[in-house]
Amino acid sequence: MTAFLVRRCGFALVTLFAVLTLVFVLVRIVPGDPAQLILGDQASRETIEALRQRLGLDKSLFEQYSVFIAGALRGDWGTSLVTGRPVIGEVLNVLPWTIELTLLSLAIGIVIGVPLGVAAAVRRNRFVDYAARIASLLGLSFPPFVSALLLLLGFAIALRWFPVISGKNATFYEWYQSITLPALNLGLITAAYITRVTRSAMLEVLQEDYVRTARAKGVPWRAVIWRHGLRNALIPVITIVGLYLGILIGNSVLTEIVFSRPGLGKLIVGALNQRDYTMLQGMMVIYTLVVVIVNLLTDLAYGIADPRVKLR
Amino acid sequence: MTDIAAPAKPRSPVRYLLMATLRAFNANKTSWVGLVVFVLVVMLALLAPFLSPHDPLEQNLIARLKGPGDTYWLGTDNFGRDILSRLLYGARISLIIGLASTALALVIGSLIGMLAGWRGGRVDTLIMQVMDVLLAFPSLILGLIIVAMLGPSMINIIVAIALTSIPPFARIARAPTIAMKEREFVEACRSLGYSDARILGLHILPNILPEILVMGSLWLANAIRTEASLAFIGLGVKPPAATWGGMIREGFENILDSSWLVLAPGAAILIVVFALNLLGDGLRDAIDPKLKGEA
Amino acid sequence: MSAALLSIRDLTTSFRVDGQWRDVVRHVSFDVRAGETLAIVGESGSGKSVTALSIMGLLPQANSRTTGEIRFDGRDLLSLPEEEMRQLRGNRLAMIFQEPMTSLNPVLTIGFQIAEALIYHRGLDRSAAAAETLRILERVRMPAAASRLDDYPHRLSGGMRQRVMIAMSLACRPRLLIADEPTTALDVTIQAEILELIKTLQREEEMAVAFITHDMGVVAEIADRVVVMLQGEKVEEGATPALFKNPQAPYTRALLAAVPRLGDMAGRSEPEPFVLIDVLSGAETMPAKRQRRIDAAGAPLLEVAGLSTRFDVRSGVFSRVSARVHAVENISFALHAGETLALVGESGCGKSTTGRSILRLVEPLAGSIRFEGHDVRALDREGLRRARQRMQMIFQDPYASLNPRKTVGGAIAEPIIVHGLAGRAEAAERVGALLKRVGLSPDMAGRFPHEFSGGQRQRLCIARALALAPKLIVADEAVSALDVSIKAQIINLMMELQDELGLAFLFISHDIAVVERISHRVAVMYLGEIVEIGPRAAIIDHPAHPYTRRLMAAVPVPDPARRRPARALSTSDIPSPVRSADFVPPLRRWRDLGGGHHVMEE
Repeated sequence: MTAFLVRRCGFALVTLFAVLTLVFVLVRIVPGDPAQLILGDQASRETIEALRQRLGLDKSLFEQYSVFIAGALRGDWGTSLVTGRPVIGEVLNVLPWTIELTLLSLAIGIVIGVPLGVAAAVRRNRFVDYAARIASLLGLSFPPFVSALLLLLGFAIALRWFPVISGKNATFYEWYQSITLPALNLGLITAAYITRVTRSAMLEVLQEDYVRTARAKGVPWRAVIWRHGLRNALIPVITIVGLYLGILIGNSVLTEIVFSRPGLGKLIVGALNQRDYTMLQGMMVIYTLVVVIVNLLTDLAYGIADPRVKLR
Repeated sequence: MTDIAAPAKPRSPVRYLLMATLRAFNANKTSWVGLVVFVLVVMLALLAPFLSPHDPLEQNLIARLKGPGDTYWLGTDNFGRDILSRLLYGARISLIIGLASTALALVIGSLIGMLAGWRGGRVDTLIMQVMDVLLAFPSLILGLIIVAMLGPSMINIIVAIALTSIPPFARIARAPTIAMKEREFVEACRSLGYSDARILGLHILPNILPEILVMGSLWLANAIRTEASLAFIGLGVKPPAATWGGMIREGFENILDSSWLVLAPGAAILIVVFALNLLGDGLRDAIDPKLKGEA
Repeated sequence: MSAALLSIRDLTTSFRVDGQWRDVVRHVSFDVRAGETLAIVGESGSGKSVTALSIMGLLPQANSRTTGEIRFDGRDLLSLPEEEMRQLRGNRLAMIFQEPMTSLNPVLTIGFQIAEALIYHRGLDRSAAAAETLRILERVRMPAAASRLDDYPHRLSGGMRQRVMIAMSLACRPRLLIADEPTTALDVTIQAEILELIKTLQREEEMAVAFITHDMGVVAEIADRVVVMLQGEKVEEGATPALFKNPQAPYTRALLAAVPRLGDMAGRSEPEPFVLIDVLSGAETMPAKRQRRIDAAGAPLLEVAGLSTRFDVRSGVFSRVSARVHAVENISFALHAGETLALVGESGCGKSTTGRSILRLVEPLAGSIRFEGHDVRALDREGLRRARQRMQMIFQDPYASLNPRKTVGGAIAEPIIVHGLAGRAEAAERVGALLKRVGLSPDMAGRFPHEFSGGQRQRLCIARALALAPKLIVADEAVSALDVSIKAQIINLMMELQDELGLAFLFISHDIAVVERISHRVAVMYLGEIVEIGPRAAIIDHPAHPYTRRLMAAVPVPDPARRRPARALSTSDIPSPVRSADFVPPLRRWRDLGGGHHVMEE
């Protein structure tokens, strides 16, 4: 187990470096001069040259790279080209909003998805199964911004249960008002995903020999399903939920935009529209960190769920 | 015991594959629904110039933001353009980008995955580590950055979506390749002196192709959704060309009083993606050997 | 005679396949008396396992149907509600399964899995159940039982897992134990121990055992009475000695005739085919006499010297080589045209790796392989391709070794075309001839593998191997997965082909009774090394190495009159060939016993 975790940590570091390098390369393969692109066609040579210096574009590629990596690791991600404030501060300002939203939707997804998936597998080809399958396939087919728009149209505009635009969190009521629709939107899509994964993992597990053994032992059906079945089915579910978090982060961007909710989503779209390169770089770093940490947590959960992992 | 198998007429391999496909469809009637709807959408897109009641780009400033009615069946947008015509033309962009990027990712990803699975050892470890890194990174964000950097042209969007879909295809192709490699018939092929290329191309590929194609239909759904998401964020094919995501983006500004502006393209995306998911999901159930023998 | 504990009358079980109900067990009736062992014998598809699952009520309710009467201890099980049935299962009525590797839950400790039955049926709390579990584990002679309670199944070998399965089923002292092929997946020495354990526990607990098996040797060893099943029906029932001595049904006679018996061949130097008996009519087919003699004086076809193959085991943070599997360690032998050399040994002894190393399907580490005078290890890609025309391989699982998406004609023609031996038209002709040669009809060429039965598929694999006109065939457990009667047919076919074409076989098998029938010479492998090699008669009649003796003693003899006396219960594990990275294999010395019989000194 220790060797396994040390290896995964090593892999996490490699991932971090790989993605940072990828970010570095991506920002630099842009056709043309970034400074020119940022400032537009009317800018004078001097202003462009000044910006080039500020961005460090006059240095050699290797120097730029080492400055970038060292900065990224120290938490010095430069200053926003638009606001002039440090990138890390801007990111940390909105990060809690996004974390809160994604964690809550993940919780909604698990609470709905796991029991529904188990029920569908156990009652295969019965009503629950068909309903769960169609509902989850529908959930997976919704582009997140379309479902968000529907929620907005229905609950905020038509029914007026929630405000159309909300970004205040001072009281519990305000918090509830601002987070319910976005969390519901992401949570239901997550639930659709988890339902499907749980169902197919459970279907496979229920055919295993050890489930038959448990029944031959006279273990009540309920305990066969939850203790013998789900414990095993959780192993693939954990892996796939870990991979899904990448999608969840992407979906949260779209959700945040529709609900005008502060968060990384609004930040990155703003940076894209205003060609704020330093901000984009910084955001890529924070996304990478999040992904790496999530992967480590997934590995840890995997190691706890599957005793065989210790062998590796 | 007498050694008798059920008598059967000799059949050609082509007919065999055809039968297998038909059986797969039959096993899951919802796949048929998905297929029919998807083919219908493709036909509509192909025939868009003949079917569109109006020019999708023609502005009619007198008829701005008209609700659905007789002249404009699905209403008009902020510039007085016909929503229905824009939907039909938008289908073309969605389908071209979706099909091209999925095909690209399918071919490249499957080759990478098969190679990694077949070679094994360090080559495999290295390739799959790279794929895992790419897979872990939020693909929408990656796509956003790539399109933002390269510029929002159709080719660039195709490349961006394809790049983010390569890792899943590599994974999908790798697992069955390894499973096949351990099957005795592949070892038999090696002992019969066949070349690696022959074994991979003629013996392994036909066995894993159904799985890859089924995933292809599911990822086509994903690619169409991603294209719409990019366009919604403002990184789709440049306006005034009609894209479904772009139409929602434009309609979003007037959502309070003209909800059809977002509902019509939203429904279009949902229908296509849902149809493809139905198709792929049904096929996957039908070919999944793990769930066989269990009615 | 005591009264029947389990009484089955007119049992019929059907499954729904594609909307059609098909009977898998038809009108079967038999009794199991208290304290006796009843063997239910049959080949695949005979319905013996389905019968067991019907008794236990473990068939999927949605697509199966059971009619008739199953009375257990005075109660009709088929009319019992599921909850009452559950209370019987694992309590009064227990079952163990064939696959010890997959029958235990990988994420629960073995202590808990055994205790579970006690918790549900006896109402014990966790600590009382744990104490009782320990006692049961000791009763099944689990070594270091106390330290095993918190282990997970993946840490145990197959034999140990089967002990856990037995402990689990005996936890509540059932009246009847149904054992479904409990030793089939185990090595022969482990099988002997588990059989002995079941016998001992049965005496101690005074329980009845319904023992399901396909192995007549095991039946003779363990059963008081026998029920023989064929295609879902009972064809014969009787006391074990009577049934073996005087079988009535043609099928029973065919089955017994096809069973290789260790010691059958005493005093005969040449291999001998089986007499085949038709299952339905009982008509006998005498095999053709063998003509060919081996030219032992000439140069050997294959000469292996000092062959070693090792696999690295990597672990730790930097994936350093922490250990090596010494799969094949310094083995040498020679094989002449027309000769069969058998490689025997238990799982992990390296016999399969030896075969694969000779064809270089895995790369050997050291040693020399000379085939038809060429150094196989020195061949380049092209040379190896050509050499593989002359040496071919047949595998254990005939279904897995055929590409499911290729017609069998295409599969057999492909090597001919790839190696440029003939054009398409001529290849098609040769396919027809080959199919005929292996006892199939040429017009089957257009079919797909799934349309054939297991025995037919193995014939197809043989035809494909013959397509390149090889001189050497490595047969890796080629008949092990086949039913007894089919096995006899395939063995006869292989002998015929050898006689006709002068083929040399390297016959890799764990089944010593089959080996005795087919081979000229035998090499016994243990932990990657050949410990004894020599003429078949010498090895089987006068084994010299202690391991060979242990192996021979463990083979069940299909003759109830020669049942071995009860032995002391022992617990062993087959040691593993995994060694530390710095392990240097010891130098071995050999003793010559004359007549080509060599044994490794300890």
